[in-house]
Amino acid sequence: MQYSDSQIKELEEKAKQIRRLIIQMLAKAGSGHPGGSLSAADLITALFFAVLRHNPKDLNWLERDRFHMSKGHCCPLWYAVLAEAGYFSKDKLLTLRQLGSILQGHPDRRTPGVDVASGSLGQGLSVALGISLAAKIDKKDYRVYCLMGDGEIQEGNIWEAAMAASHYKCNNLCGIVDYNGFQIDGKTKDIMELEPLVAKWQAFGWHTIEIDGHSMRQILDAYQEAKTIKGKPTVIIAHTIKGKGVSFMENVVDFHGRAPTKEEAEKALKELA
Amino acid sequence: MAEMLYQRDIYGKTLVELGKQNKDIVVLDADLSSSTRTSIFAKEFPERFFNFGVAEQNMMATAAGLASCDKIVFVSTFAMFATGRAWDQIRNSIGYNNFNIKIVASHAGLSVGPDGSSHQALEDIALMRVIPNMNIIVPCDGPQTRDAVIAAANNPGPFYIRLGRPKVPSIENKDEFKLGRAQVLTKGSDVTIIACGIMVQEALIAVNNLLSKGIKARLINIHTIRPLDSDTILKAAKETKGIVVCEEHTVIGGLASGIDEIVAENFPTKVIRLGIKNRFGQSGEPADLLKEYNLTSSDIEKAALSCVS
Repeated sequence: MQYSDSQIKELEEKAKQIRRLIIQMLAKAGSGHPGGSLSAADLITALFFAVLRHNPKDLNWLERDRFHMSKGHCCPLWYAVLAEAGYFSKDKLLTLRQLGSILQGHPDRRTPGVDVASGSLGQGLSVALGISLAAKIDKKDYRVYCLMGDGEIQEGNIWEAAMAASHYKCNNLCGIVDYNGFQIDGKTKDIMELEPLVAKWQAFGWHTIEIDGHSMRQILDAYQEAKTIKGKPTVIIAHTIKGKGVSFMENVVDFHGRAPTKEEAEKALKELA
Repeated sequence: MAEMLYQRDIYGKTLVELGKQNKDIVVLDADLSSSTRTSIFAKEFPERFFNFGVAEQNMMATAAGLASCDKIVFVSTFAMFATGRAWDQIRNSIGYNNFNIKIVASHAGLSVGPDGSSHQALEDIALMRVIPNMNIIVPCDGPQTRDAVIAAANNPGPFYIRLGRPKVPSIENKDEFKLGRAQVLTKGSDVTIIACGIMVQEALIAVNNLLSKGIKARLINIHTIRPLDSDTILKAAKETKGIVVCEEHTVIGGLASGIDEIVAENFPTKVIRLGIKNRFGQSGEPADLLKEYNLTSSDIEKAALSCVS
């Protein structure tokens, strides 16, 4: 499938809007994780608005493609995309992390569009594997997408799931690694080296696609390529910039888990205008 | 002589029975299917059985994904690895989502025998009891294993079912199995003995010995540890002179703790806990281990006598 320049432009605008929502909701909440939400914003915007087969008005549609955010702390991104797609009204975004809100600090099933909770890292790829196996049992053709953090894949559970997904030839499963190079304590290469990352996934039997995770065209092409792969799962290793889109947040580890202040949010929103 | 059965055999056969009735039953195992007997299901329904190799964490979280697609998922391995190794996955991916997942773990307790401490789960009930939404059943014999598995399949939400390794005698003259309802096996008003799992058989022997000494013990089989039948427990607290609780599990956090909590809050009475006390297990034959850890019928008898004297 070829995407026109105007489609690409539209998605880029949409991603900007998603980033604005992320900043607004985090500033209001006063806590949360902007860095990884912003780095994966292009990947997940493209997925929801150009790739995923879904219907925000029919949450239990059996044929729907599934998305699971294994790196649950980046839920501001998930919530923004769900609200923008029409799963719930956008004014709910400003209730993030408040008592009684449908938007918890880490995702759970009280949010329309979230099928499985996440937050404890490393479990999401297994969850996606389970959904993939259910599709096989039921002979359904929906696809499953799972977003992982780069720090997150230091969890052993991820590699147990990686082994099993290739063992069971889960070609309906597409993993996405948001490779922004940072985790809470610093650079991934200093805390716990992930390289050679592509070779690792290949050794586990996965088809790999390495892209610039901020190039809308590369992102869309990767999702298309993944659909054509037979007999094995695909992982998209997306090179990204932590905090992407807000100059003073980019590659600043402090913004992994700190919300912008009111002044910082205003400055950020100006940049994203 | 009572019929001797492996609970695991009954489990495997019951899974096949359920699998025939319901195409949404899916079974997972982690390289122990020949021991847990999920292999019986695997043979019958290979397309609905998945072996994950030696990787329990992945198995538990994968169960959550399957359950999110409306599958009724039975997950099996040894009790130690199910509840210990994969506790975070059970809490966050199964319990928190309130998914329809049934963890049926075998080889629980000291009666694993010669394999020793690393394989003797003595904390599994405690680990499961603290997770909201989790139902817990410890069947006492083969036939009750079938009842438990069917009840788990027919009731929504997460379940933990604890099975042992050895053959166990079938306990006769039980009332019909009802989830959450304790079974009074012998009526008596002198002292109460509460047991679960293989300890029910030991307790029965103790009850008969006590009877020969003129003491009438009420024996209660608590197969459902969560939700606990507080009515039956409080009735016993009020009507008898004390309660002896026996379990093949640490005395912290398991059946005894559950009884303590109910009695302490509602009708304080003497409770003697027979279980594992601040120790790990070790190798040995099951009968020798029960002796070593003071879990035989004569230990129960002694404890019961101390309540009435």
